[in-house]
Amino acid sequence: MNTHGKLIALQAIATKEIRRFMRIWVQTVLPPVITTALYFIIFGNLIGPRIGSMEGHRYMEFIIPGLIMMAVITNSYANVVSSFYGSKFQRHIEEMLISPVPNYVILLGYIAGGVARGLTVGTAVTLVSLAFNPLHIHNLPVIISMVVLTSILFSLAGLINGVYANSFDDISIIPTFVLTPLTYLGGIFYSISLLPDFWHSVSLVNPILYMVNAFRYGFLGISDISLTTSYAISIGFIVVLYVFSLYLLRTGKGIRT
Amino acid sequence: MTPALSIRDLKKTYQGGHVALKGVSFDVAPGDFFGLLGPNGAGKTTIIGIITSLVNRSSGAVSIFGHDPALEPSVAKAYLGLVPQEFNFNMFEPVEEVVSNQAGYYGIPRDEARRRAELCLKQLDLWDKRRMMSRNLSGGMKRRLMIARALAHQPRLLILDEPTAGVDIEIRRSMWKFLREINDAGTTIILTTHYLEEAESLCRNIAIIDEGELIRNTSTRQLLNTLHMETFILDIETPLEAAPGVERYTVRLVDPNTLEAEICRGESINDLFNELSGRGVRVLSMRNKTNRLEELFMNLVENGGRQKVPA
Repeated sequence: MNTHGKLIALQAIATKEIRRFMRIWVQTVLPPVITTALYFIIFGNLIGPRIGSMEGHRYMEFIIPGLIMMAVITNSYANVVSSFYGSKFQRHIEEMLISPVPNYVILLGYIAGGVARGLTVGTAVTLVSLAFNPLHIHNLPVIISMVVLTSILFSLAGLINGVYANSFDDISIIPTFVLTPLTYLGGIFYSISLLPDFWHSVSLVNPILYMVNAFRYGFLGISDISLTTSYAISIGFIVVLYVFSLYLLRTGKGIRT
Repeated sequence: MTPALSIRDLKKTYQGGHVALKGVSFDVAPGDFFGLLGPNGAGKTTIIGIITSLVNRSSGAVSIFGHDPALEPSVAKAYLGLVPQEFNFNMFEPVEEVVSNQAGYYGIPRDEARRRAELCLKQLDLWDKRRMMSRNLSGGMKRRLMIARALAHQPRLLILDEPTAGVDIEIRRSMWKFLREINDAGTTIILTTHYLEEAESLCRNIAIIDEGELIRNTSTRQLLNTLHMETFILDIETPLEAAPGVERYTVRLVDPNTLEAEICRGESINDLFNELSGRGVRVLSMRNKTNRLEELFMNLVENGGRQKVPA
């Protein structure tokens, strides 16, 4: 298969993945938008004024980038893990495995689907946030690059979860017990500068903290972490997870016998 | 001429120690309609899995039109089309997308993929259902959809793993006709089936696998020639109380209107009719008691007729 053929195959997989979540948008796009709108109302409108300002910004302003990022993280992850496991469960992953499409194209196709859903939900949540606060943009390239890198990273994580999953229960364990706690503790609702030294240091182990802070920098120009560190951590994780995902596809873990 | 498929000393041991293949070797010539037969668990699906890269081989060699799918996957896999035993398309995709997506995985541009999907779906009488979710198709339509999907990239070697399982006789016959047509057009076909009538009707060459070993690999004609005896059921006009004594033939009375007669290969059936006629027995109709290939198959895999074909 030549490069042109690989690009067509990539387009076919990506289109299939995007159509999949758009076909069921009531299940995939609408719920995170409603959930995040509730966060805006409860934490931003009702509780926010009692908290006061955070790092020189209204509390509502402070939490919006983190809440957008939370929606991007959970949806890019959920898209790939459910799609990949579903294709294993129904065995239509075999359509791709018997074809000449290389493993890295399959991987990129699933990532494209995860990124598309992450960006779709992220855009929808951003639009909803306009009802609560005017959009303030400090650095657009940082916003775009960080949201894309984050959705790539969590799409890869979702694929790895999908490879190892043996039941539908297995695809909800990581989001429930790992992803959600890390997201909540990733500086969405507070600045880690408020934490005692010990918990401040513990927070630095959480990779989501770096993405949320860089993303917030793009909107508000404030961050607990340097941008360089955030990019290095994000890209480093992407490289490691990409290589590991390719290894899993090449060895056929969970998909070949 | 380079074989469409060449398998040499193929072995597979699954995790847990189950030995599925013990060193199978055979070739399939380009343009052949080749039957791969064997009882459940014989190793047929494992062979297909290895050819299509869904199963990792333990050892041995596989070559598709001269290319090993493990070493040259993008070349070897492009020749292959697979209709698996179980439905494995996305049940939540419309019928047309199932076929056009598959073409896309082979690097066929979107417009051309749609054109081919239309062609394949029309050939298999599914065009009217193109916008229907594939899960809503009937069992027979799902089988045909899998054939349409496998043909979307115009493979030179089509592997069908029990393609007519569970479909009614009318659809089965129309699928046979369609498969004959694409075989006549040059597509090499490998068929596994439990309907031995299907194999006898379609296949020019047959390999029989049992317990992971190849026990026969020959032409269908030669295989059937090894049958020594055929049993016929004769419907007779006048009811009888006992079987008529006929020299040279074993004739039994099944019921007052039905006889069962065994005839050795090479003997003329006219002689039997003459003998019966001479005894006042008039035959109204006649049919084979069992499918000829079925009889042979059972003899090979159950009644001690196994004799491994040398690799």
